[in-house]
Amino acid sequence: MSKPVVATASLAGCFGCHMSLLDIDDRILQLIDLVEFNKSPIDDIKTFTKECDIGFIEGGCCNSENVENLINFRKNCKVLISVGECAIMGGLPAMRNGIPIRECLEEAYLNCVTVDDKIIPNDEEIPMILDRVYPCHEIVKIDYFLPGCPPRADLIWEALTALLSGKPINLPYEALKYD
Amino acid sequence: MSKSTIRKKVKSAMKKKAKSAIKNKGKSAAKSSVKSAARSRVKSSAAGRAGSAAKKKPRSAVKRKAAAPVKTKSALRFEIDGKACKARAGQTILDAARDNGIYIPVLCFYKGMKPAGICRMCTVKVGGRNMAACTTPVAEGMIIENAIPELEDMRKAMVEMLFVEGNHMCPTCEKSGNCDLQALGYRYQLLAPRFPYMFPQRNIDATYSKIMIDNNRCVQCRRCVRGITTKDGRNIFAMTKRSGKSTIVADRELEAKMPDDLARKAMDQCPVGAILKKEVGFAVPIGKRKYDAKPIGSEIHN
Repeated sequence: MSKPVVATASLAGCFGCHMSLLDIDDRILQLIDLVEFNKSPIDDIKTFTKECDIGFIEGGCCNSENVENLINFRKNCKVLISVGECAIMGGLPAMRNGIPIRECLEEAYLNCVTVDDKIIPNDEEIPMILDRVYPCHEIVKIDYFLPGCPPRADLIWEALTALLSGKPINLPYEALKYD
Repeated sequence: MSKSTIRKKVKSAMKKKAKSAIKNKGKSAAKSSVKSAARSRVKSSAAGRAGSAAKKKPRSAVKRKAAAPVKTKSALRFEIDGKACKARAGQTILDAARDNGIYIPVLCFYKGMKPAGICRMCTVKVGGRNMAACTTPVAEGMIIENAIPELEDMRKAMVEMLFVEGNHMCPTCEKSGNCDLQALGYRYQLLAPRFPYMFPQRNIDATYSKIMIDNNRCVQCRRCVRGITTKDGRNIFAMTKRSGKSTIVADRELEAKMPDDLARKAMDQCPVGAILKKEVGFAVPIGKRKYDAKPIGSEIHN
């Protein structure tokens, strides 16, 4: 039987959750035995080459590219997991949610003291910024949530192994933290 | 209130009605007053309540004495989730449960402060009805349900509602690890709220001299309003505006005169990170904070 296929993506995130996935120490050898990676920054596969079983999403949606990427993941992954505070509630980028988008752009590109060419970028090549940062589950259906900033490596490991073995997840108190 | 004044109060209550039954209650009230000096405020109210309960209760107390002559005549017997418990007359369900090693989650309740029944986190079922455990006194023979799936799920839902109603970003919060709301989330293994995030627009007021008030995180438990006063008993914090717009404000004059330990107390009493003391932050490293290793309420479970 072929191994379960895992895909990962970082949307409006900092890659901290991916770092935490790598933080499973020597269990990374077991991980390679357990699963095969497809589209992921870990193996640098840019597009889906086959249907995946599990998709890990880091980060929320702050622009049109994030949304497209997320919808693409939903189409190609049987199980989609929001990993980390940003994917679950927008996280740090969502701190702009109370500020109108015009104000945000003007502050960043016009009024900021270090800005040289005062122009708000507007090019087809650049993903369109959204009015606010959206949690992933407000865009597509998300099956599971792993909170934390980043989620503890143990939590990611426990969730992954529970999912693969079909057993209920073991949640030690120290593994579940929101910071 | 001194011990002698409590005794006088209880004595006058004793004179009015059934003497023998009340004597024991008077003793227990006086005993409870000795128990902790730090609880002076609640002590007076608890003693007062014990006194008034004593006034009301003599008939049932006499009846009980006739029915079952046990050693602890003053103890009220009740049941939480099938466990037989005892309480002093006038004690609230929450207090009595804690004395019996049973944890009932709270947010607005703070030890030493008069309970207000605001947050409803401590909701228990008494005879099938939902009651706030922090404000309901124990009565003889009460059958209380506490850790049943229905109530635990309701409490979890309440934590979730508080999370989506404000802007609670734990990773950016100074109170993270010492936060009661967050700790309740951990306790109920809350992975993501079932409700949509509201992202309300609220203000941070950092113009005070000793503290900051971040209304994004406020759960309006009013612990600061009820518990933080000047030496002469003046309130430093208050609620302003109404309904969904209501926020916490501080009296600028009194706030500026706040001694450091009172500012610290205000921060510690806040169950979330809405009140922060200025010029200190992240003093305790991750791993050593209040709820890093042990769940909230583990000090009550024995």
